[in-house]
Amino acid sequence: MTTVSTPARAPEPTNERPGSGPRRRTAGARVAALTGHWAVRLFLVVIALFWLMPTAGLLGSSVRDRADISTSGWWQIFGFSSSFPWIIDPGRLTLDNYDALLTNAQITDSVVTTVLITVPATVLVVLVAALAGYAFAWLDFPGRDYWFLAVVGLLVVPVQVALVPVAKLFNALGIFETTPGVVLFHTAFGLPFGIFLLRSFFAEIPRELLEAARLDGAGEIRLFTRVVLPLGGPAIASLGIFQFLWVWNDMLVALIFADAANPPITVALQQQVRQFGNNIDVLAPGAFLSMLIPLAVFFAFQKQFVSGVMAGAVK
Amino acid sequence: MSTDPAAPQAPGRTTGAPGARPAVGRSRAWIAWLFLLPALVLLGALVAYPIAYSVYRSLFDASGGAFVGLANYGEIFTDSGILTALRNNLIWVIVAPSLATALGLLFAVLTERIRWATAFKLIVFMPMAVSMLAAGITFRLVYEQDPERGVANAVWTGVHDTFAESSPWPGAQPREGAGLEPSDGGAFTTKATASAGEVALLPLVGIPPKEAAGAQRAEPAPRAEGGGVAGVVWLDFVRGGGSEHGRVDAGEKGLAGVKVEAVKDGKRIAEATSGPDGVFTLPPSADGAQLRLPASNFAAPYGGVDWLGPTLVTPAIIGSYVWMWAGFAMVLIAAGLAGIPRELLEAARMDGANEWQVFRRVTVPVLAPVLGVVFVTLVINVLKIFDLVYVIAPGATQSDANVLALQLYLSSFGSSADQGVGSAIAVVLLLLVVPVMVVNIRRLRRESQR
Repeated sequence: MTTVSTPARAPEPTNERPGSGPRRRTAGARVAALTGHWAVRLFLVVIALFWLMPTAGLLGSSVRDRADISTSGWWQIFGFSSSFPWIIDPGRLTLDNYDALLTNAQITDSVVTTVLITVPATVLVVLVAALAGYAFAWLDFPGRDYWFLAVVGLLVVPVQVALVPVAKLFNALGIFETTPGVVLFHTAFGLPFGIFLLRSFFAEIPRELLEAARLDGAGEIRLFTRVVLPLGGPAIASLGIFQFLWVWNDMLVALIFADAANPPITVALQQQVRQFGNNIDVLAPGAFLSMLIPLAVFFAFQKQFVSGVMAGAVK
Repeated sequence: MSTDPAAPQAPGRTTGAPGARPAVGRSRAWIAWLFLLPALVLLGALVAYPIAYSVYRSLFDASGGAFVGLANYGEIFTDSGILTALRNNLIWVIVAPSLATALGLLFAVLTERIRWATAFKLIVFMPMAVSMLAAGITFRLVYEQDPERGVANAVWTGVHDTFAESSPWPGAQPREGAGLEPSDGGAFTTKATASAGEVALLPLVGIPPKEAAGAQRAEPAPRAEGGGVAGVVWLDFVRGGGSEHGRVDAGEKGLAGVKVEAVKDGKRIAEATSGPDGVFTLPPSADGAQLRLPASNFAAPYGGVDWLGPTLVTPAIIGSYVWMWAGFAMVLIAAGLAGIPRELLEAARMDGANEWQVFRRVTVPVLAPVLGVVFVTLVINVLKIFDLVYVIAPGATQSDANVLALQLYLSSFGSSADQGVGSAIAVVLLLLVVPVMVVNIRRLRRESQR
């Protein structure tokens, strides 16, 4: 960390307040700080490359010929020519694996199943948690605080605890190994966090807004749909993104509660992992494909994702 | 990334706490229950009831018919497989959160004044968005044993071969009947002694011809200057046959880089390395010595580390976890850092503290609550670790990599399932998170009394 700042650099709003305290630094200290800075930058570049490498390897492997994958590593895609050894040689790439994957009904069906699980589980959590969050924030009923504390207590319950009992319950209900079963499970386990997050957010809605709406003759339902839901947008977005990623990426719950003949993408790929080695031409593009949607969501909604993560700490 | 200067919201932190607010207007209680009904039904049936049922079920045997008391819990602490899982979980819980938090702190502090910090944070944070399955497959590729295919071993053998000598001719051995006998530890020694003025012939075979294709022709009649012992090491083989064994024929290749030692009475007195034409020259003192080819000439090439073998499989998987979650720690800590008043740091600097002292004495103590939240969150997360282990550990070492959540899955739904034991493990997992549950509830109640 240094306090060197050049006029060319815009001060970073959160980090540096211009003029916040005098800078008493000798020229020597400045030079020392600069070299430290330079080394820090180099270090961070190395770390960033290091962090990118596994994903780059997955992507690189996924666009190589089956025969190439089995004999050499993904970095062999580099070497465009002897004078440009660090440039990727397009001649060594192929989209055949993706072609095969997208015509593989097992994989495409599993993506559909994933969507059919993820979308309802996300919508349901938002809806049910919003209803309950509103009740906890603004309605009056006996024992309200104790009920809320109970919900908060459930925040950290590991899903593992529910596997055996819920499997039995779903069996009795006839929804074991069905998509609705998986959806219900995910909804239930998304609720403590959802209720907690939305209640906090709804509680910040100015009382005057709600009272004004009530004076206009709005009932609880109208109040909820016309005032609370629209105002809760940011928190609902955070919750939705968080839950979406959570369910999309889940493997354990699906492994047990999804239809084994028609599993979501994580389980379909997991079945392939058992023969790991000679099926990398399926696994690598499959894994990359399964990452695309979460990554797209992540990049599109970073802000909401981060605030969801922050609120979800200690989940 | 968020530029919100507020520290990460701990539960209940910035929000109105229960009890703090009277309800709006004249709503009746039954309306409230209507709003709560779906949530309470789902939470009751799928979260709360299962806790009670797991506790109950853990007291019965595999079939569920016979009450066995705490025997299933006894099994957790006696069954060697489950004990491995317990031990590994302990390693996980100590190592993974500490490492991820430490890296998160390091990255957060170092990127504070970097202009492209956002790009860096995105890269490090990104793995959190992908599934553990995809991360698992990614790291199966990274950890592949063959250095030609797995990047971890490619890098590792590269580093290793830079610092350690690699053997020039792995797998080579002397031509039989040429007077070279195996001696201790994979070396070969001549029966006869060498004498100055005579050419010592050391014929080797067992090298694929294409490996030696680029080598120079062997020199049939080397001479030592100054009365030393000269000799030649060569590949005593010509494709298509027709060469005489033990003699340097036309077309036979010299073997470069072979170490030759002169040995008298078991003591090494001199050594030389063969040149590109296979010729080596030992000093006159080697006259009358036996010649030995040490084992290092023939050792198999270094194959890298067995990442997913029994000893390293757990650290290797922890590595992939840290890859996924260090970004989480970094983002939370960075938000905390942004909330530290600059004046505090400047004051410390003006008092003559250097950057390390500022970090150690000001930054870390002020950040302590955030670090605590991050660490505890990761501990809870690590307790439940399942997918990464299930996907990355190959079948052969799955039992070495075992963790409680995996054992629970195997015990409950595996081929020889015992749901009594599975439920007992579930209860143990639950007990391990109860302290956090209590802290969460307490904190919330404190807020409400304020």
